[in-house]
Amino acid sequence: MDMAANTTIAGKQDTGASVHARRVVSYVVLILISFLCLFWFYVLFINATRSNSELSLGFSAVPSTHFVENWTNLKNGTLPILNGLINSLVIAFLTAGLATYFSAMTAYAIHAYDFKGKKFMFTFILMIMMIPTQVTVLGFLQLIGKMGLDNNPAALIVPAIASPAVFFYMKQYMDSTLPLSLVEAARIDGSGEFRTFNQIVVPLMKPAIAVQAIFSFVNSWNNYFTPALVLHDDTKKTLPILIAQLRSADWLKFDMGQVYMMIAFSIFPVIIVYLILSKHIVGGVTLGGVKG
Amino acid sequence: MGLHILNSIYCNLLIFQLVPLATTIYNSFFENYRSGLTQIGPNFVGLQNYGTIISNGDLPTYFINTMIMWLMGFIPQILLSLLLGAWFTDPSLRLKCQTFFKTVIYLPNLIMASAFAMLFFTLFSDSGPINSMLMQMGVFKSAYQFMSHVWTVRTLVATMNCLMWFGNTTILLMAGMLGIDPSLFEAAQVDGATSTQIFYKITLPLLRPILIFVMITSLIGGLQMFDVPQILTNGTGDPMRSSMTLIMYLNKHLFSKNYGLAGALSVFLFVITGILSLIVFKFTNSDKVK
Repeated sequence: MDMAANTTIAGKQDTGASVHARRVVSYVVLILISFLCLFWFYVLFINATRSNSELSLGFSAVPSTHFVENWTNLKNGTLPILNGLINSLVIAFLTAGLATYFSAMTAYAIHAYDFKGKKFMFTFILMIMMIPTQVTVLGFLQLIGKMGLDNNPAALIVPAIASPAVFFYMKQYMDSTLPLSLVEAARIDGSGEFRTFNQIVVPLMKPAIAVQAIFSFVNSWNNYFTPALVLHDDTKKTLPILIAQLRSADWLKFDMGQVYMMIAFSIFPVIIVYLILSKHIVGGVTLGGVKG
Repeated sequence: MGLHILNSIYCNLLIFQLVPLATTIYNSFFENYRSGLTQIGPNFVGLQNYGTIISNGDLPTYFINTMIMWLMGFIPQILLSLLLGAWFTDPSLRLKCQTFFKTVIYLPNLIMASAFAMLFFTLFSDSGPINSMLMQMGVFKSAYQFMSHVWTVRTLVATMNCLMWFGNTTILLMAGMLGIDPSLFEAAQVDGATSTQIFYKITLPLLRPILIFVMITSLIGGLQMFDVPQILTNGTGDPMRSSMTLIMYLNKHLFSKNYGLAGALSVFLFVITGILSLIVFKFTNSDKVK
């Protein structure tokens, strides 16, 4: 009896101490990893504030005073970055808006209606989702060439209206949160189909729509592969293509302050938006995705 | 009714993915490229394009490059994610500032890959800050040329991929871990199991389906690896094309308008990802049945 009691007490103390030790270890590791994640962006920020001559002196951890100067130099430089920013923004906004709205509508149609071929359509869309864009890009380039959409941003926006991954997410979300009785009630009250969708379904889907709008926006903003193959004119290029141009230029001739400023310019807006919306984004990754 | 019309519009737009797939496969059977100023083809050549990319060693080499860089990034990524996921979901640890840590580790996932690669290129260049830091600390006497050694370039690519994706994987695994019935953990604790034992005997086996899902989706993403090595090496895959990936190779053919070889390469990629996707599909479906 006594021995048994002793061992349980000892065992409790042991787990108490080990929990404490494990907690310390995990905090240390987490802080190290967070440092590893943030370090690059910190250096980027510091270097974007330093002039070319300061940069050539070696690394320093303290920001300098040339932030605005680097920015004006970059803005007046050879790369059309303001154009690039506007192109990126327009394409990303339109892509995000169209992809989420139409995908939600299609998901709703599959969720709320019964029609012939519904199952087939669902499987078909999922199959399309599995095909990576890179694999079909050759045919895509020929297709838009025939349609006269080569070198036209519309070639990037219009296909995005049909976005199977967004559709799938919306469908998963509806399965768990949108009761069909609500749709039926609206129907009985005489609400038209469009009105039901826009005024009842969309507000209920808000969290899913927000998450997918953010993800579509970021995907489009960061996309380099397809835009680089579609857009040829300097005035039509998006930011990632300009970054690639910066890389392929004889970069030693560059003012390094400007190079860092250019990178910061394409990275920091996303970071700021992310920090504002991070709650939705981190929570949204698993919201309608895989279930464990 | 209106919705049905829109629905069919939606399906029509899928044409942007299905028709290209068909024409890509069609193209792979034709010889079609430019040699100097003369356009050769398109002439039907059967399976010759497939023979060419395999026999000249390009496809196997680039496939192996891609797989090496994927594995170098994926192994630390999955280990890190498992560890962090286990810590975040461990009720006895009660970690504080979880939201902060999750926000930070997910952050690199949203960064423009091309800008991130450009950043690494400048940071690790011969006169870049990393070299100057290492020299100030006395690790190297002269600047280390990160960009001209096979394994440093590969390591940089793998590091970037790992940094960009481990946060995402952690969150997916956490969802899986939180889905495990808590009574199992309680029962194990009552029986005196240590947290290490609990992790290996309960968490890992029950997490197997989601681990396989994560692995295969990551493999599909790895096969599409492009932005990071493309920008880091300026599309050359240097040194000696040791960091050239399959999609970089495809991109090269697309730019030089060698549609025959590009088509054959696309079909090859399509078949591999198709098989992998079917496995994922089966897994997610069997999950639903449960």
